[in-house]
Amino acid sequence: MTLPVVEAPLAEPSLAIDPELAARWLEAFLRDEMLVRRGIGKAILGLSGGIDSALVAYLCARALGPENVYAIRMPYRTSSPSSLSDAQRIVDALGIHAETIEITGAVDGYLAHAPDADPRRKGNVMARMRMLVLFDQSARRGALPVGTGNKTERLMGYFTWHADDTPPVNPIGDLFKTQVWALARHLGVPNEVVDKPPSADLEANQTDESDLGVTYATADKILNLILHGYKDDAIVARGYASAEVRLVRRRVDSTHWKRHLPTTALVSSTAINEFYLRPVDY
Amino acid sequence: MNAALVQFKPRKGDVPGNLALMREVFEQLAPGAPDLIVFPEAALTGYFLEGAVYELAVDAPTMAQRVDAQWRASGAARPCDVVVGFYENVDGTFHNSAIYVRCGLESGVHVVHVHRKMFLPTYGVFDEERFLTRGRQLSVFETAFGTAAILICEDAWHAIMPTVAALKGARLIVVPSASPGRGLSGDGELESNARWKSLLSSAAAEHGVYVLYAGLTGFEGGKGMSGGTCAYSPRGDLIASAGPLDACIVKVQLDPAEVDLARATIPLLGDLSAVLPDLWLDDEIPVTRRLEERA
Repeated sequence: MTLPVVEAPLAEPSLAIDPELAARWLEAFLRDEMLVRRGIGKAILGLSGGIDSALVAYLCARALGPENVYAIRMPYRTSSPSSLSDAQRIVDALGIHAETIEITGAVDGYLAHAPDADPRRKGNVMARMRMLVLFDQSARRGALPVGTGNKTERLMGYFTWHADDTPPVNPIGDLFKTQVWALARHLGVPNEVVDKPPSADLEANQTDESDLGVTYATADKILNLILHGYKDDAIVARGYASAEVRLVRRRVDSTHWKRHLPTTALVSSTAINEFYLRPVDY
Repeated sequence: MNAALVQFKPRKGDVPGNLALMREVFEQLAPGAPDLIVFPEAALTGYFLEGAVYELAVDAPTMAQRVDAQWRASGAARPCDVVVGFYENVDGTFHNSAIYVRCGLESGVHVVHVHRKMFLPTYGVFDEERFLTRGRQLSVFETAFGTAAILICEDAWHAIMPTVAALKGARLIVVPSASPGRGLSGDGELESNARWKSLLSSAAAEHGVYVLYAGLTGFEGGKGMSGGTCAYSPRGDLIASAGPLDACIVKVQLDPAEVDLARATIPLLGDLSAVLPDLWLDDEIPVTRRLEERA
């Protein structure tokens, strides 16, 4: 007699989310951090036409009401026209306020003094210009900038330091990209936005996955294992290509600095955030 | 015994404002006042204080006076027992504590018990032992319901804690807590809250004790306190529960006879009392061996 065998697969932490639970939790986060803690009931965000900012717009509209959400589109002359039209779909679907502020003049004004700027530098200038516009529009409208960076790009260092990461609150920064997709679908973000290849849209025909060298679906699973403490050989044993594991690991390990405030020389026993410790909401 | 478990949402560091919120809760509960009101861990300050613990911690008599003053101001017609989690300053040593006080007595407030959290989580998002000293004692105390014990948050994650409390005579375990919610994969419930419910239910059912859990709620710098205020019968059944978000009050009735019935039906606590000494006679138990070596 041969008994049937039940064989357990190697354990792997799940990336699944209950999207409605996630939505309610993140809406409560926005209300508490904005209204309760800061007394600010208006949100402002850069709406790129991509899925991250679209999801944040949906969450803000649910948490604060669409009349309290301001979407700023900030195209550069090389930005894809479809980015603007996709952003418009979201504005129309939600009934939020929207304004388009071209950054071409400001960016090109500076770049005229930097003729040697390569695409990466130009992309960083655009990202930092958008940050500048967003914060000025925030002051103009009394609305709090809301961040749109997801956990995957934060871990991979795939963002411009002190630009995309500057808004004081971010509801999706602990969600991997694949979780962003799941939540966006649940909340009804238009398919055109959910299904298109993610792109920073800083250069023509740019896509995130070609920049990163790995798909989000794979990167998220590898990142999740890394964050749970698995070593590379244990990740490879779970079926992932060693080259992709090394690539993801290298990106995480080389960008820890981007997830911190600037390094300050410690010279006293009262150094801020080293000895003098107070929580952000105190 | 009627108990009210308060899922409390303080403003960070605003002690006067949070005392006013406490008074509003008391005013709501004063008509037909319960016998026991339970507030969560660090209820009047918020949980994550870092170095501000040293600014806001007070001694137990001060905390007792503050709570009693709110009860008296609420217009309540009779005394009431109140449990509140707070940061305690004991002559310059700081604890994460919970006080059990009898408020509204003619003779003034009476401190029945102070429990100092023994398991201070210092990993991941938690950093308690950087700022606090752990308690060294798990004591039970007498209430109108019977013998009771307090376990604060991680105290209750160690199965041995409710076990020891029950072996010492506790028939009621009160758990003030502040638990940052995490894990979104659950079916409508945070993974951390599901873990809590499993732990509390097991503790109640194994030892035949009532378990009353009061959770802080509201976000503290991105970390959402996950509420989940609830009560378990001595059979381990969920009597009542609140969701993770929003302040609320959970009211429950406790019947001492339920403890007796649960223990009579499944006498696990009695079995443990009988067998416990034998557990320590096994030479292979490292703890025993170490004790012998030390002797």
